[in-house]
Amino acid sequence: MIYSKLAKISLATIAVLGLGATSLNADTLSEVQKQGFVKCGVDGGLPGFSEVGSDGVYKGIDVDLCRAVAAATLGDAKKVKYVALNAKERLTALQSGEIDMLSRNTTWTETRDTSLGLKFAGVNYYDGQGFMVTKKLGVKSAKELDGASICLQTGTTTELNVADYFRTNKMKYKLVSYDTNDQVLKGYESGRCDVLTSDQSQLYGLRIKLEKPNDSIVLPEVISKEPLGPVVRQGDDKWFNIVRWTYNAMLTAEETGVTSANVDAMLKTTNPDIKRLLGVEGQMGENLGLKKDFAYTIIKQVGNYGESFERTVGMGSPLKIARGYNALWNAGGLQYAPPFR
Amino acid sequence: MLITLLRNPKVRGFIFQFLTVIGLVAFLWYIGINTVANIEQRGIQTGFGFLNGTAGFGIDQSPISYSEEDTHGRVFLVGLLNTLIIAFVGIVFSTIVGVIIGILRLSKNWLIAKLARGYIDFFRNIPLLLQILFWYNVVLRAMPSPKQSYNFYDMFFINNRGLYFPLPAYNITFYTILGSLVVALLATIVLNAWANKRKETKGEDFIVIPWAIGMFIIFPFIAYFLGGSHLDFSYPELRGFNFKGGKTLSPEFLALAFALTIYTATFIAEAVRSGIEAVSHGQKEAAASMGMSNYQSLKLVILPQAIRISIPPIINQYLNLIKNSSLATAVGYPEIVTVFAGTSLNQVGQAIEIISMTMLVYLVISLVVSAVLNWFNHKMKIKER
Repeated sequence: MIYSKLAKISLATIAVLGLGATSLNADTLSEVQKQGFVKCGVDGGLPGFSEVGSDGVYKGIDVDLCRAVAAATLGDAKKVKYVALNAKERLTALQSGEIDMLSRNTTWTETRDTSLGLKFAGVNYYDGQGFMVTKKLGVKSAKELDGASICLQTGTTTELNVADYFRTNKMKYKLVSYDTNDQVLKGYESGRCDVLTSDQSQLYGLRIKLEKPNDSIVLPEVISKEPLGPVVRQGDDKWFNIVRWTYNAMLTAEETGVTSANVDAMLKTTNPDIKRLLGVEGQMGENLGLKKDFAYTIIKQVGNYGESFERTVGMGSPLKIARGYNALWNAGGLQYAPPFR
Repeated sequence: MLITLLRNPKVRGFIFQFLTVIGLVAFLWYIGINTVANIEQRGIQTGFGFLNGTAGFGIDQSPISYSEEDTHGRVFLVGLLNTLIIAFVGIVFSTIVGVIIGILRLSKNWLIAKLARGYIDFFRNIPLLLQILFWYNVVLRAMPSPKQSYNFYDMFFINNRGLYFPLPAYNITFYTILGSLVVALLATIVLNAWANKRKETKGEDFIVIPWAIGMFIIFPFIAYFLGGSHLDFSYPELRGFNFKGGKTLSPEFLALAFALTIYTATFIAEAVRSGIEAVSHGQKEAAASMGMSNYQSLKLVILPQAIRISIPPIINQYLNLIKNSSLATAVGYPEIVTVFAGTSLNQVGQAIEIISMTMLVYLVISLVVSAVLNWFNHKMKIKER
């Protein structure tokens, strides 16, 4: 009796000691296929990028990327489990494996790409940081903001850019940093600060949430480069490639004129570029470890980059943001996908 | 032989305890190894080198000099000091409010007793985070913008950016006056000890309070002239967007300090009340029969015994207040959780190191506070003679 008890405890102890380190699975694709959905980290409250619509469904340009990855890997854009994260939580959530990918207006920086153990798979929105002020102040330029109080969301590149900008221009400022965008907006509306700073795209999104949007203006200065894009963990090149080429497929589709409406007809095209993209020719899907027609599924269910842009942040949305830097390279923008070949 | 040894309850107890300790250590060891291996596999930086890296972001309120070019180590220090400040202010004020309310709660005046009770029941039962957000947003909404500030004699200003007041420059006169206040405090303590001794030996009363007040007024007055009678005040004045000069208490700090005080005071009041009620009624009657006045019986008989009973629950409230101060992150008061476990963590991404350091801070502060109060508690214990 005593012997058997002792033996059990000793065995358990030895088992724990002998097991050593077990590492987390580094094959995200097979994990995603096993669980049947993509766990995608989003903001959840940012108009145009990711927010829950009145019908209870997530929508936005960041959300579309999650949906595209789900379409590519699982064949169904609806198989996404969204995890709403604030700026502080997002990177830790990805590092720890709580989510499979992060698509949450996150700026690509050197530190994040290296010491944080992450990889940016592309840039789905070229942004820059700006300032919003009330018209009452009579300020026309960011250079006149010496001594102002500034509200911003903590845990972002925003606080670093502000510090740099005011330092280089030898101006003083008072920082009021909050956890959530909602509290930032409240602080700005109640007059706790003179200025609200954030990425320009967000400023327009936050402005339409104000009680009197027309009393505020966005200053012309853009003080930083904010390439926003999807992020994955380091050490899983296969998954990294899938996210990167899912996005490239959406860009290539726009470039070659393939849309969700004409993609079925395009299957019969003679254009070799489109043939390779849609999997009629070549090994593109297989190379990624996906089905031959992964790009077809993406375009059919989510659409190409241009469609996604116009629907979420562009002219088809309340934000009405022009393409600007986010136009394709051959239309004067920066969006450029390497060839499918 | 072995079996007889195993049947010995002492030996058996030892063996099982020994195995449990081994199991526990092995478990922690396993978790540690596993974590390190996973972190390394993911290419995330480890170690404490980041503390020497440039922080690059601004902090609005700092008791020590801080600029964007300082390191994350400095951010840690700033956050720690801000935590200590809010904890200190919260503890002092919640104790004052708590003791007063606790005594009022037992008042014979029906209205006062009910009001005290209503206050306790109301604020004790609303989550602290909501109270902080409520006071913060109330302060912001109710106060005017800097240009329409409430102005008191051109020295004190209140607006939605904070409370502004003049600050004397740190020169010789300032330090002499500061020194004179310390001298007055020490003199009061000595005088009080002397008065107590005289009361014990000769039975004569000596009222200390008027003397103490006199010293606190006259000493700084003399010090002002001794120190060169030269006090420079920097007054807050409106320049550009904000007030400059003087000293500011931010709305974040005020709302947080107010909410922590109001909330914790309810628990302290209850501890004080239960302490007073736990003193047996006979003690009060005995004091009365010895001809003591109400005030005397409260001061000399009831409170010394009540404090003894109240200290342990009050320690708990102090510890709660210290830990609750981390809710500051909701309104952006730059204490350690907001700036170090928040902003710094986000810039360097080393969650395990930063969160461990932050937890250690709270652990150390709490242990120190409870050690000090346990010492006090020990001192207040009934001395068996």
